[in-house]
Amino acid sequence: MTMSFESQDTASIVSVTDHVVPIAIGAPVMAVHFLGETPVFIGNEETATVVQPDATANKVDLHAGAMLCTVSDGKRVITGGDDGKVVALNAKGETTTIGRDAKHRWIDSVAVHPDGAIAWSAGKTAHVLSAKGEMKTFDAPSTVGGLAFAPKGLRLAIAHYNGVTLWFPNMAAAPERLEWQGSHLGVTFSPDNKFLVTTMHETALHGWRLADHRHMRMTGYPSRVRSMAWNAGGKHLATSGADTVIIWPFASKDGPMGKEPAMLAPLKARVSAVACHPRQDILAAGYTDGTVLMVRMHDGAEILVRRNGGAQVASLAWSASGRLLAFAAHDGEAGLLTV
Amino acid sequence: MSEPTHSKIPVTVLTGYLGAGKTTLLNRILSENHGKKYAVIVNEFGEIGIDNDLIIGADEEVFEMNNGCVCCTVRGDLVRILDGLMKRKGKFDAIIVETTGLADPAPVAQTFFVDEDVQANARLDAVVTVADAKWLADRLKDAPEAKNQIAFADVIVLNKIDLVSKAELAEVEARIRAINPYAKLHRTERCAVALSDVLERGAFDLDRILEIEPEFLHADDGHDHDHAHHGHDHDHSHGGLKHYHDEDMQSLSLRSDVPLDPTVFMPWLQDLVAKEGQKILRSKGILSFRDDDDRYVFQGVHMMLEGDHQRKWKDDEKRESRLVFIGRDLPEDLIRGGFARCIPQ
Ligand SMILES: [Zn+2]
Repeated sequence: MTMSFESQDTASIVSVTDHVVPIAIGAPVMAVHFLGETPVFIGNEETATVVQPDATANKVDLHAGAMLCTVSDGKRVITGGDDGKVVALNAKGETTTIGRDAKHRWIDSVAVHPDGAIAWSAGKTAHVLSAKGEMKTFDAPSTVGGLAFAPKGLRLAIAHYNGVTLWFPNMAAAPERLEWQGSHLGVTFSPDNKFLVTTMHETALHGWRLADHRHMRMTGYPSRVRSMAWNAGGKHLATSGADTVIIWPFASKDGPMGKEPAMLAPLKARVSAVACHPRQDILAAGYTDGTVLMVRMHDGAEILVRRNGGAQVASLAWSASGRLLAFAAHDGEAGLLTV
Repeated sequence: MSEPTHSKIPVTVLTGYLGAGKTTLLNRILSENHGKKYAVIVNEFGEIGIDNDLIIGADEEVFEMNNGCVCCTVRGDLVRILDGLMKRKGKFDAIIVETTGLADPAPVAQTFFVDEDVQANARLDAVVTVADAKWLADRLKDAPEAKNQIAFADVIVLNKIDLVSKAELAEVEARIRAINPYAKLHRTERCAVALSDVLERGAFDLDRILEIEPEFLHADDGHDHDHAHHGHDHDHSHGGLKHYHDEDMQSLSLRSDVPLDPTVFMPWLQDLVAKEGQKILRSKGILSFRDDDDRYVFQGVHMMLEGDHQRKWKDDEKRESRLVFIGRDLPEDLIRGGFARCIPQ
């Protein structure tokens, strides 16, 4: 099919629900990633499900208990578990244990660098394992809420209480501290490396302009923001947490300061997950009532991918080419759409 | 939240000053054959002699909310751990959060008031405080944490009673009652209390805030009276039971037979906890409003309140409003005066 947002009848929304290939994972799901064009569904516990082009699903054991965090660079899926292990999975379904907490503490967050370095945290401690296999460790002032690598250089953002620490694992220089009161959880760099944004325990985002640490408060959400995604050009940040997709503009040198966000795809449910198409001006949004929509970002035109009535959408992902969209609800009902 | 209360995982908060016997109680809960599986969040690994992959070490990280108020604090580690534990829903029946001996229970309780993900999956069941019969009276003098834990408790396990005389036991109980007349109190040796007396209490369940009478009035005292109406003469006696007034921690109870004016009461209560919330550790109430056939119930921790229309008053039920505040240096005249203005003349 071709992607068309135009509808014959302006009162009804274009639907592609009939084109979705349903996938039943059979257990609760926390996330979905693509390894190339292969979708990988990460369960709440123990296993991942790798779905082949012929729709056969292979289970792969990753952890001995719950999976707490996951990230992917498109080549590997990295997971952290309550068994204290960090595990990598490749598209062939092969797993490697790449880290292990000495005290079996929970692995709370993971991040992956474009050059292959991997970071993870347990409690206050963040580790970076370089692509060459060197390990570096940093103790944050409080429990690490989230990790993100900067798009350039080996620089790790470590979110914690009352701010974020920017750490250069290969440099002796003292880490930089970005302060803001409260508990910072998720963290992301803008793709142009000019801004850093965190999701907070409060129903707000906080941002800093990295050049001068100027603050950006992004508030007004009715619930916590759990999902953030930069658009293909890296100038817009789409977020969950409200009953519309909230998109903050980062095109100007001031980022979203003094600007209103775009609010797209309003429903009578909250957005629970967002994922931006890797090339086009399109995002996918999942909602707490199970709805999945594709939304054209410049005008808000919508295509229905999944009807409401199911469990909350846990995660969405686009394949590297942008040809495939995968989604998964918390209860393990998932789907794959060829766009 | 949308999930019905009964499907939420109950969470028991276990507090107690150092050496009171918390670990003894925890080990009993984990080892006794009750057919239930508990996930336990502990502050120190190793104290528990039981192997269980659902024992999680916590760091008791308290952070202040961004409203500039020192009492509006949340246990960030608990938010994170409960979130992770929910991935294993079905593998356990209930959760126990053990706090350190020096911990204030308020941030744990407040976590359940402010975090919507926590609220969606778990419910605070009760704060259980283990106290040492021999040393509690001393700790109440020199350790504000110990006093907080008693004031905050829904259930008090008064342990090691074999180490004190009858007179000493009566003395320490009177000290406890001066601070918190509402908690259920169990006298134990080696924490030998029926687990049903400490678990599944529903103390924070709005539907079960039925009885907010001071407990000891039923147990030991012959006649019914309102404790908070006593004067300020210390150490007087009623029906053989010693009554103390703690110097800085009190409870205050209010009642009215006349239905309250909700347009006066609601703003008053909200304003009261906003201004005096730092002093108010806990509050609860069952309310009868004018021209309203529903009972209204509320509870609060410091500045955080939750309340709801609960159900219709029954025909044979006395439509009476009752409120209880437990706190430090409570402004009694201010509270009584404000409440009086909620009663239509
Ligand atoms: Zn406060």
